[in-house]
Amino acid sequence: MNVACDIELQRKLTPGPDETLVFDAPKSLVDTPMHFCPGCQHGLIHRIVARTLDDMGLQERAIAVGSVGCSVFVYRYISMDCVEAPHGRATAVATGVKRARPGNFVYTFQGDGDLAAIGTAEAIHAANRGERISVIFVNNTTYGMTGGQMAPTTLLGQKTTTCVKGRERETAGAPIRMAELMAQLDGVAFSARVAVNSVKNIRKAEKAVRRAFEVQEQGLGFGFVEFLSTCPTNWRLDPIKANERVETEMIPCFPLGVFKEMGE
Amino acid sequence: MSRIVVLESRCKGCLLCAAQCPKKIIRQSERFNAKGYKIVEVADEDMALCTGCASCAMVCPDTAIRVFRTRKSAGAGE
Repeated sequence: MNVACDIELQRKLTPGPDETLVFDAPKSLVDTPMHFCPGCQHGLIHRIVARTLDDMGLQERAIAVGSVGCSVFVYRYISMDCVEAPHGRATAVATGVKRARPGNFVYTFQGDGDLAAIGTAEAIHAANRGERISVIFVNNTTYGMTGGQMAPTTLLGQKTTTCVKGRERETAGAPIRMAELMAQLDGVAFSARVAVNSVKNIRKAEKAVRRAFEVQEQGLGFGFVEFLSTCPTNWRLDPIKANERVETEMIPCFPLGVFKEMGE
Repeated sequence: MSRIVVLESRCKGCLLCAAQCPKKIIRQSERFNAKGYKIVEVADEDMALCTGCASCAMVCPDTAIRVFRTRKSAGAGE
């Protein structure tokens, strides 16, 4: 049900004379239930992006490029123009959008199966060309939507439906670290890895997204932010344990930080 | 007294907010929403403990929480 239709709720949502609303949904975020599983942090990442777009006043001229995977429904949740790209090709589509409409702000929203597996070539070459686009990359170490298969980012020893005994280095290699990889490329102006497992990390993530968007606006090059996210359903964990796993298992393998930042 | 409002149609009962709350006043309720999720609540008597820090809203993956902070009365300082 639309929140606006519930009169009792509207009464509760009206601030009293001595009250201030200190947390509200961003304007760029559509007021609708999300399809994500309970505890999945995709929705939180959409909110961080929407908040940054609001703060930078970009909603009117932003164009989002969606990918395939759980990230596919970006067009339902972000209130702006969206283009849906074929699997892995979001950075290639975004390149076209940005070149055709250089005055618009263009960003992609991609998962790890999309950007780090099927779309590795497109992502790396768009970054290397220094396309003026920003990429939001959600790494949850698995193919979430298709049933939890092994992704290039799956941790060593992690069990998935296609590596039931856990990922082995000998046959499947080690997890790919995209933020570090992107930082090596000349065309990249900003590359960072962030997590959303705590309030402190969420604040750092907001800053990183803002910087990745600013480098595009300043014409410096490609902006890249890798988010560590949970997938409680495919990790077979409850949301709280999944969130703890980010701290205990993911961050040791995928260190947080800014790996490249070009000055103005 | 600060307070939070949980949008019950949005809550998926993941309890990440409850884990994050420094006052530990958010708990699972006995009610289900239309989607079948067991939603969270703050008991009326516990709401007085809310500081309006917005940690719960920050970590909520579904943006299901709104936070209202009460301004201190004149003289007490902001």
